[in-house]
Amino acid sequence: MSLLAKPNDRMAAVLGQQQDVDMEEVAGRSLWQDARIRLMRNKAAVVSMVILAMITLMAIFAPWLSSHPFDEVYWDFIQVAPNVAEGFWFGTDENGRDLFVRTLYGARVSLMVGLVATTVSLIIGVTYGAFAGYMGGRVDNLMMRFVDILYSLPFMFFVIILMVIFGRHIFLIFVALGAVEWLTMARIVRGQTMAIKKKEFIEAAHASGVSTARIIFRHIVPNILGPVIVYMTLTIPQVILTESFLSFLGLGVQEPLTSWGVLISEGAKVMESAPWMLAFPATFLAVTLFCFNFIGDGLRDALDPKDR
Amino acid sequence: MSEPILKVDDLKVHFPVDVGTFFSKKATLKAVDGVSFELHEGEALSVVGESGCGKSTLGRAVLQLLHNTEGQVVWMGENITGYPVKAMRPLRSEMQIIFQDPLASLDPRMTIGEIIAEPLVTHNPEIPKDQVKARVREMMDIVGLLPRMINRYPHEFSGGQCQRIGIARAMILRPKVIVCDEPVSALDVSIQAQIINLLGELQETFGLSLLFISHDLSIVRHISHRVMVIYLGNVMELAEKDALYNAPRHPYTQALISAVPVPDPDKEAHKKRIVLKGDLPSPINPPSGCVFRTRCLYADHQCEQEKPPLTTLNEPTAKGNHQVACHKQAEINSLD
Repeated sequence: MSLLAKPNDRMAAVLGQQQDVDMEEVAGRSLWQDARIRLMRNKAAVVSMVILAMITLMAIFAPWLSSHPFDEVYWDFIQVAPNVAEGFWFGTDENGRDLFVRTLYGARVSLMVGLVATTVSLIIGVTYGAFAGYMGGRVDNLMMRFVDILYSLPFMFFVIILMVIFGRHIFLIFVALGAVEWLTMARIVRGQTMAIKKKEFIEAAHASGVSTARIIFRHIVPNILGPVIVYMTLTIPQVILTESFLSFLGLGVQEPLTSWGVLISEGAKVMESAPWMLAFPATFLAVTLFCFNFIGDGLRDALDPKDR
Repeated sequence: MSEPILKVDDLKVHFPVDVGTFFSKKATLKAVDGVSFELHEGEALSVVGESGCGKSTLGRAVLQLLHNTEGQVVWMGENITGYPVKAMRPLRSEMQIIFQDPLASLDPRMTIGEIIAEPLVTHNPEIPKDQVKARVREMMDIVGLLPRMINRYPHEFSGGQCQRIGIARAMILRPKVIVCDEPVSALDVSIQAQIINLLGELQETFGLSLLFISHDLSIVRHISHRVMVIYLGNVMELAEKDALYNAPRHPYTQALISAVPVPDPDKEAHKKRIVLKGDLPSPINPPSGCVFRTRCLYADHQCEQEKPPLTTLNEPTAKGNHQVACHKQAEINSLD
């Protein structure tokens, strides 16, 4: 290191004299890279990611994975047990439709709801929370009381009103779930922002004349992303569950489209006569939820600076 | 003397605080209570005082990072007191700050190249990327960092190196004034010297003005031209460095200077030390009259009633502009 370089050497550069500064640049290792390495050492999280990736790929390529369309009714095969010879690997439902392909189509809806609603909640929640936390004082008070009011609205009531006004549509489920999930996200982000905004590097940015928006998005948000990502991986299963619950009540997706919630609800009715109708979708749901939770745990450990 | 680059006039920073849990009474914490000084181009003015006396608050109020309650901050003839954030923004390129905790003052998610470039990019967004990078590398070289470390992250550096990064960030726009808020108190003694020397060199090379906040008198002696001693938000003494160290007039300054360790065990053992009694009074409820009277050896009832003004000594022996705020100063100094 040139820590002890003679002052004249250093000042020479100022005076425009040539100095050998063109040595090759050293790559740094960011905190994100550190976190990724730690995450990759966590076996449960890695296995979960692989399983999730497989389920996602299966959901995407569902039409090509089975010879049966998801909405075709096979009159000769009403509610039959798994039957490899005919290609009904998971059996059929009470309307004679192939359960395997329907489970994968259900995965499409459930994963989509999970991702879209969580992304919506992430964008709104992070922006809102960071702004409230950074501004503080009266602005913060006003913004957070608004969140409290929304919190106190009964969720089911809200969803039913939406359904009554706009009719049943899958898009509404995204809106309804996103509109509810961002509240908790905003609270988490606000708390984290308040903890970080007194740090000296924020003051340094302020003293350099950096604008408020830039301070929030360039300095605050990247530094609170750790807890946010962890919370996000825990929100996805929560959203999937809520969608299943809505579908269970008959407020979710519409036939012939399906979701895991719908399939489980149908399977639960015929649990005794056709247990496969409950077992397969329920297994998929449970495995997915487990995976998200393991990934969330892994991320929490990987991003926790106290670990280092 | 030429027009001062920065003129602070009767600056007061008071914070409202709640006292008591339930029927909370509003009280004011007088962090800075009437400080005036001038800072000239190329001058290093040090501010010393014990912790909690308002040094850092003063530094931040001068940069208008905190709004002052009363008084004025005049920047190159322009009264910038109470300027809103937007109006201050263009001026920020001329005045910078270096912080006490080197690592905490750097964004852990940014490479040091991005950190150093930030003020430049903020004030001159039109400069192309490769030029920004060239200037960052040049600046890193000036402060004694290897330019090839540009893509590293703050946690990969030592405390001293982090402070160099902080200095590079403050220097990249070639400001006129840098407020150094205890820039070396978090560092090892050996590193302290390096950083202080670096600041001194930069100051000479670029004609910088420094407002150097510290509680360490031996470091202050090395870097400053003038020294201001503050106690509980009030200026006690303001003088040229040599005058203050060799002939301190205020009893508080005398006590502070007698407490500076001498690097010679024999002398240290026989040194006469003035030991102050008691603790720093609360700035919420400061003593009446002279704020220092509760701990002063010479205080009498005049000190209790009247606040001593900061007056310039006009004795022939006094060097330069030596200002002291003490009723008893003449008596005390004739006793010796």
